[in-house]
Amino acid sequence: MKLRTFKGGIHPPDNKQWTSHKAIEDCPLPDELVVPLSQHIGAPSVVCVEVGQHVAKGQEVGSAKGFVSVPVHASTSGEVVAIESRPHPFGASLPAVVIKPDGEDSWSYNLQFTDPGSLTSDEVIEKVRQAGVVGMGGAAFPAHVKMSPPPEKPIRTLLFNGVECEPYLTSDHRMMLEESERVLQGIALLQYVYGAERVVIGVEANKPDAIALLKEQCAGASIEILPLEVKYPQGAEKQLIVAATGREVPSGGLPMDVGAAVHNVSTAAAVTDAVMLGRPLIERVCTVTGPAIKEPKNLRVRIGMPLSHLVEVCGGLVEEPGKIILGGPMMGFTQVGFDTPVIRGSSGLLLLREEDVAKSPEGPCIRCARCVQACPMNLLPTTIAAYARRDLVAETEEYCAMDCIECGSCSYVCPARIPLVQSIRYGKAALLAKKRNALL
Amino acid sequence: MTAAIALGIAAKKFAVEVDPRELAAMEVLPGVNCGACGFPGCAGYAKALVAGKIEPNLCPPGGAELVTKLARILGVEAVVMARQTAVVLCQGDNRKAQLRFRYLGLEDCNAAQRIAGGSKACPGGCIGLASCLRACPFDAIEITADGLAVINRERCTGCRKCVAVCPRNVIRMTPYESSIHVMCNSHDKGAAVRKYCQVGCIGCHICNKTVPDAYKVEDFLATVVYERDAEAVEAIVKCPTRCIRDFNEGYPEGSTFLPLKNDKSDAA
Amino acid sequence: MSQQLYMSSSPHVHAGETTSSVMRAVLYSLVPACGVAVYFFGMPALSVLLIATLGCLATEVVCQRLMGQAVTIADGSAAITGILLALNLPPSSPWWLTLLGAVIAIAIGKQVYGGLGTNPFNPALVARVVLLISFPVQMTTWSAPAPLGSGLDLVTTATPLGEWKNAVMLTGEMPAAMQGSMASYFLGNMPGCIGEVSALALLLGAAYLLYRRILTWHIPATYVGTVILLSGAFWLINPARYPSPVFHLVTGGLVLGAFYMATDMVTTPVSTRGMLIFGVGCGVLTVLIRLFGGYPEGVSFAILLMNAATPLIDRYTKPRIFGTARQGGSV
Repeated sequence: MKLRTFKGGIHPPDNKQWTSHKAIEDCPLPDELVVPLSQHIGAPSVVCVEVGQHVAKGQEVGSAKGFVSVPVHASTSGEVVAIESRPHPFGASLPAVVIKPDGEDSWSYNLQFTDPGSLTSDEVIEKVRQAGVVGMGGAAFPAHVKMSPPPEKPIRTLLFNGVECEPYLTSDHRMMLEESERVLQGIALLQYVYGAERVVIGVEANKPDAIALLKEQCAGASIEILPLEVKYPQGAEKQLIVAATGREVPSGGLPMDVGAAVHNVSTAAAVTDAVMLGRPLIERVCTVTGPAIKEPKNLRVRIGMPLSHLVEVCGGLVEEPGKIILGGPMMGFTQVGFDTPVIRGSSGLLLLREEDVAKSPEGPCIRCARCVQACPMNLLPTTIAAYARRDLVAETEEYCAMDCIECGSCSYVCPARIPLVQSIRYGKAALLAKKRNALL
Repeated sequence: MTAAIALGIAAKKFAVEVDPRELAAMEVLPGVNCGACGFPGCAGYAKALVAGKIEPNLCPPGGAELVTKLARILGVEAVVMARQTAVVLCQGDNRKAQLRFRYLGLEDCNAAQRIAGGSKACPGGCIGLASCLRACPFDAIEITADGLAVINRERCTGCRKCVAVCPRNVIRMTPYESSIHVMCNSHDKGAAVRKYCQVGCIGCHICNKTVPDAYKVEDFLATVVYERDAEAVEAIVKCPTRCIRDFNEGYPEGSTFLPLKNDKSDAA
Repeated sequence: MSQQLYMSSSPHVHAGETTSSVMRAVLYSLVPACGVAVYFFGMPALSVLLIATLGCLATEVVCQRLMGQAVTIADGSAAITGILLALNLPPSSPWWLTLLGAVIAIAIGKQVYGGLGTNPFNPALVARVVLLISFPVQMTTWSAPAPLGSGLDLVTTATPLGEWKNAVMLTGEMPAAMQGSMASYFLGNMPGCIGEVSALALLLGAAYLLYRRILTWHIPATYVGTVILLSGAFWLINPARYPSPVFHLVTGGLVLGAFYMATDMVTTPVSTRGMLIFGVGCGVLTVLIRLFGGYPEGVSFAILLMNAATPLIDRYTKPRIFGTARQGGSV
């Protein structure tokens, strides 16, 4: 039977064999945790503790600022030793709360079980917000904001993203296999809030064990398990929606415009913790993998653990890495070193050797159109990139640079090794700057 | 034949009235369309001048001569601005300054700056990917073999396009008459600078103590007080990192430009 | 941090192809056609191939040195232009004609525009057409096949298309003898340009390129399809006068043109719809020129004319962006 999919896309080798069969392992606490105040889309949190203060596990250390923001919490109990700028995964040094664990790892309050049936929809959303739940697929968008669409845009299709299309990463896969109860409970909670007509979990066909398990557990429930063709970027929100519903999110619009909402399966599990146990989002599963690490693992890490600690727990390095990538190889961020901490959206730590790094110099565009065929948004990447590099901002807008989801498919296939995504990003930045200047 | 006649008649009948002063101004303007004046090309500047709201001394490439000519055309008094030239305040090329990592991607300083602030360990130093060279309409900038941007003081007309495009703000406009500069743009403490650059300013104050009026040190970085630069010469040999340069004696290492006294090719 | 750490914008992995690997694949795909050409036409064909290829490579080196640019013959594109040019020349071409063609192809057809990726016209075809118009005699002196080792000299004769055009002009009818020779035309046993002759060898090479995804089906399929449809229409109207579609397929440079010349990536549209329009346009022009034009062969001119239209086609066939309606704007 032909599997549902979207137009365009690429087939990189999935490289999941390093970790897809390895159960999630708990990661021991390090000597220091660095909790950045900005780990999410939206306003950074405002620090609400002091240096020298003792904090309990799960205690709020930064409060949300405004609606599109979430609080950040201490990932373990200990003393706040500093509140200062520390290297952040996105490249700059940003304010963070530095905690020295006291080893007790004790919660701030007795976690109580709350029966979700006793809560209203708004109460559920508020608990999600207080717990600081953000999109765990990598984008880190505040979940409570997504759960509050305006009444004129009802959600008819609630989608759960178990696709994990990025090569190397297996954290969502293991979550579906080992913690399916938490995931499904979270799905039920979210369905309670959204009241959608159709609930779908999308899973790529390269995870047959997860598909079988979920089908078994959902037998009888009205949750559809939808196997999808293995293609990158099937896990991108718009591509998942079109594969599951056949409807395209309008350019410049949001999934709610076609009556859809998408949440990652790990986010659903975090919602369960937040609502039923009152636990804030202080840990996640991160796949530490790649040819340069001795023992690839799926680690359950606390937010704020330095990457150096993860490397140590995974047996150390095979050799000096050529690239340190936080996230997957297609959309992850390279890191300057191992000093940066794990944040809420960090789904993977990929260590490539020097020989794995693609270093070919750039050549002229030969108009082979592979990028055009690969683009899941049907753009002309070569044209947009060419205009962006010549600073022709109006033309980049004409060719719809803003519709680019920066998935990397175009750069992946380009034989001339042109940095297409980087050029398009550059063009988008120039376009946004121009629009901002026009408003001034 | 008919078409030619028709065109001739149309040219006369539908001619647009142009102020003769505007045409005269267009004649004397350099015609480079660099935009330094802030107007869309030389035509734009000429139009604005004649509309009466603008000073005639906004065109750096034209120099003092142009100001006098424009003033005469417009029938106004004009103040000639002192000639300025751009300088890249950095000597930290790939041999003297350290990199934190090797950058792969678009060969553009602004693009490189977005990748974790650029590969140079020094936050203020020249990235060397030639965005300024590409922006310069007068071919006044070169990149040395070791990746340092250098600006030719004679060819620079002061249009400021390089200053606008540099993400590090390492290019500064300085008076043309002042040839001595502290070639550093980093406000990091001396110990930190020493680690990543052999020729950076460590804020030791020696220049400032030798000639107090000619140098000021703020936030671990010295700058020449350009009004007193005649005295600044004394401190050049005293600087422990050889960070101060007199461009009249020569351009940074690796540059092909020659100072005016040695240069027989360029007209002043 | 470690000196060997790299940082870049995403993505951090690559499919592995380079411009050189793409060009190499095209070179491999041309080996069968070159082999058959040398088999049927012997030493003259081999020398045309060598002179054209080496001439193109040398011209590119000279041009790039003169322009102060890095020499890039290692990417293989000049070699391909050389081979394609050779395949478009008659086997009896004198060495100076071939060399001149090579120089024109690279210097005027490619380098003058800025090198690889910037030329609007197919360089090999530019050279061929310039030679055709400047030296019509040498460019239309054809030879019957004289296989390698047979010890025969090439004998001047007319191509099947030329023969048809002459016959039609004289008698208004297609010669009977031609009606039955399709199979031998397909294998390559006919007079023509070095590359025209064996459709089979060319198709083998094209199949390899399709498998490697360097070629996509859009242009060759629409080009050949349009030729079949249009020539078929005329043949049905008057089978005595107009050749059948099969004749069009196996004679002349249609297979060479449709699979190798019209698919040159640099000079053809990038969008799918654009490629289809390009293919149809080439097909229509080829048939019209063959049947009604002054020249017996229309492929070169058809492709060059469509190359000229490519920027226009690109402009008007921007693909429908995900999330927009057919006319643009939100869905």
